Amino acid sequence: MSDAARHEALIDALGAELTPVRRLLPPWRRALGWLAIVAVIAVGLFVRYGAGTMLHRWSVAPDLGLAACGAVITAVTAALASFMLAVPGRSRSWAWVPVPSALLWIGASGMGCLRAHIPGMPVMDLHGANDCLIFIISFSIPLSGLMVWLLRRACPLRPVLTAVLVGLASASASASLLEICHNFDATASDLLMHTVAVGIVVGANALMGGRLLSKA
Amino acid sequence: MPNASLTFDGPWVLLRQPLPRGLDSDKAVPTESLSASEQADRQRAAWMAAAQAGDQRAYTRVLNDSVALIRAVARRQGVAVDALDDVVQETLLTVHRARHTFDPSRSYDAWLSAIAARRAIDLLRSHGRRAHREVHDEFAFDTHADREDASAGTQRHQDAERLRKAIETLPPGQREAVEQLGLKERTLAEAAERTGRNTGALKVNLHRALKTLRDRLHGEP
Repeated sequence: MSDAARHEALIDALGAELTPVRRLLPPWRRALGWLAIVAVIAVGLFVRYGAGTMLHRWSVAPDLGLAACGAVITAVTAALASFMLAVPGRSRSWAWVPVPSALLWIGASGMGCLRAHIPGMPVMDLHGANDCLIFIISFSIPLSGLMVWLLRRACPLRPVLTAVLVGLASASASASLLEICHNFDATASDLLMHTVAVGIVVGANALMGGRLLSKA
Repeated sequence: MPNASLTFDGPWVLLRQPLPRGLDSDKAVPTESLSASEQADRQRAAWMAAAQAGDQRAYTRVLNDSVALIRAVARRQGVAVDALDDVVQETLLTVHRARHTFDPSRSYDAWLSAIAARRAIDLLRSHGRRAHREVHDEFAFDTHADREDASAGTQRHQDAERLRKAIETLPPGQREAVEQLGLKERTLAEAAERTGRNTGALKVNLHRALKTLRDRLHGEP
């Protein structure tokens, strides 16, 4: 069979099995759906813990507020970038969009370790820092799973890059949620645990999410 | 690399992107202001939008119209001429699977080019991996000239066993297509009658099965 005939036969076959499809919603709307789930969890945490401690930390140490803003913006931009990259034809430059806010998040968190401690606020020991690690990973698993499931409906042509952004979005969203109930001042061990947690989430997504998305 | 003018749609595009146009918006936009390639792109976008709604005629037209563009993209990616048609086949299958992701308010050519470029890269990578494992012709002749030794029969038997096992792991529809069309050498009409599937579905299943088998037997995921 010649190549032209092979293509014609395949096109005929694909045409014969054509069925109407429901068009994918725009990426920004799909990202909003995922962020809405994160927002619902945040409301639940606010109801449980209140906003008083968080606002007190931010008023005394504005760098912690900046770090939290960086985490929230990273969650939003990384989620949007993931959904964008999962659609063929969208620019790879979307992957850079979460970078500035991620730098703000990391930079401001690091700065927190250099200033004087907040009076009256406990300093985190290693046990408490472990709890942070468990919190971030525990929230990241379902959030990553949900996003990978949503992305599999699209057609991610760069599965590993998309999965890295999924990890970044989930980890930053989890770190943002942690901020609501994080009644500690910033310390080097706390920052280290946050970094390890984010690294584990992003790495696990790149490994497993990339495989899941490449089969989408 | 795909044409830069087709893929320049970074985040900043949100600031200057025109409002989405409907299927009939060609009537509203003065087409004389568009270049021939832009008009052709819009026509293909309209056909694909109709295909998303189930229009088979529009679908076969847009796929037929896509073949030349896929070949051009694959060529730009560095795919050898004799492998271009493999990229065309893989891209057409991906287009079919991902047709719901096309947004008619955007360029069809950019969407198709991205898929074709990725399938071309996949093919180049798989050829690269295969080249590492395969022995060069002259070297093979010098060192393994006598292929019909006592182990040849065993090798053939093992190959047949591997193929049989690989066929067993195929999804039911694909396995059925291989058994009916490949192993029992039935015609499409006979196979369709026996399985109750239409000939189109059988052809697609056979194509997918062959790709899966090729990948598995070459040790690819």
